[in-house]
Amino acid sequence: MKHQKEYRDPELARLQLQAIRQAVAGFDRTITLMEVCGTHTMAIYQHGIRSLLPEQIRLVSGPGCPVCVTPVGYVDQAVALSRRPNTIIASFGDMVRVPGSSSNLLQEQARGATIKIVYSPLDAVNLAERTPGADVVFLGVGFETTAPTVAAAILTAAQKDLDNFYVLCSHKTMPGPMTTLAGDPEIQVDGYLCPAHVSAIIGANAYQPLVDAYQVPCVVTGFEPLDMLQGVLMLARQVVAGVARVETQYSRVVKPEGNPKARKILYQVFETCAARWRGIGDIPDSGLQLRPDYHRFDAARQLPVAIEPSIEHQGCLCGEILKGKLRPKDCPLFRTTCTPEDPVGACMVSSEGTCAAEYKYGG
Amino acid sequence: MCLGVPMQVKTIENEMAICEIDGVQREACLMMIEGVEVGDYVLIHAGFAIEKIDEDEAQLTLQALREALDMGLVPE
Repeated sequence: MKHQKEYRDPELARLQLQAIRQAVAGFDRTITLMEVCGTHTMAIYQHGIRSLLPEQIRLVSGPGCPVCVTPVGYVDQAVALSRRPNTIIASFGDMVRVPGSSSNLLQEQARGATIKIVYSPLDAVNLAERTPGADVVFLGVGFETTAPTVAAAILTAAQKDLDNFYVLCSHKTMPGPMTTLAGDPEIQVDGYLCPAHVSAIIGANAYQPLVDAYQVPCVVTGFEPLDMLQGVLMLARQVVAGVARVETQYSRVVKPEGNPKARKILYQVFETCAARWRGIGDIPDSGLQLRPDYHRFDAARQLPVAIEPSIEHQGCLCGEILKGKLRPKDCPLFRTTCTPEDPVGACMVSSEGTCAAEYKYGG
Repeated sequence: MCLGVPMQVKTIENEMAICEIDGVQREACLMMIEGVEVGDYVLIHAGFAIEKIDEDEAQLTLQALREALDMGLVPE
């Protein structure tokens, strides 16, 4: 993979760890750094980065997995839609196993529903075009990395004049929850490893208001081991120096202004709204809804279904884990009743959920 | 979910490109980025190229890292 070898150089990693140790030497308290991106979560576990860092640096995972932060009511609505006649649910793979209040999409498939896993939202548009007798509902979940691709799919469906393509929209945006958590005294985030590919779209400048409001350092960081160690080093140096600014470690992809062309497509179709985040609650201006011109593609408006009352599983601590307050091992269900084969909470379902990562790679 | 795969552009026709990584080819839509040429590396997410990968920046980051480590470390 491009640059993978250079950014995994063990000798440079060893030197970087030495630099991190020296940066925090003599600093008198623990430094808590939060990542807010499922791919970072996975990479931290996969490369054993926690075990390499000095004890003084605590890495916590925040609400960076879009599947994990999707409220259970959304899954219930998707389940209800899948029970409609002549309806095909098209989704990225992770969503189909997320438990709803009493069922999930995989179980509905076993009972006869048609669920298609797609690689791109455009695949769902093509599916609708090929099956004019059926309503195709794409499950629109994801942050700003994914939302422009769904917007592009909707524009394509509009261009093709399709009347059987819909999106059940639960897109969310950064950095709303990062701002909410920065103000939470129970968590005390000292710095953010900002999400890499979300930032490719929104730009590093998008974190400046958060830095200004809470004096919390933000470093946009890539996914390879050297990227992440460098991101940690840049944050640690800011924390020790008592400064807070936005820096970009992942400059080979992320620009200060992001990708304006992708944002134009995104905001042509969607507009900002309040959104409910599992574990955190309602956050203003942290979600996306379809603009009125595109309401004809809105599954929630066009395909009304009765949705069962939402029930969160008793004892599941996903909410606290998503805020970085608890680790998976603190949850009594972890590895006992909640496993990747039989998940109770979304953090165990998604391949990039914190519980799935800790289950696979260990603490 | 925000996984992006760095792939090299092999051919471009209208707004669609064939991109390759490790011998695997995939079609990707180029509508979100500008000025892409055959041979460029792009980041692919859900069937779309969402950004170009800046080779100069990639090397600069590594170079800066090496220099900073060369200069600033105390032997342990």
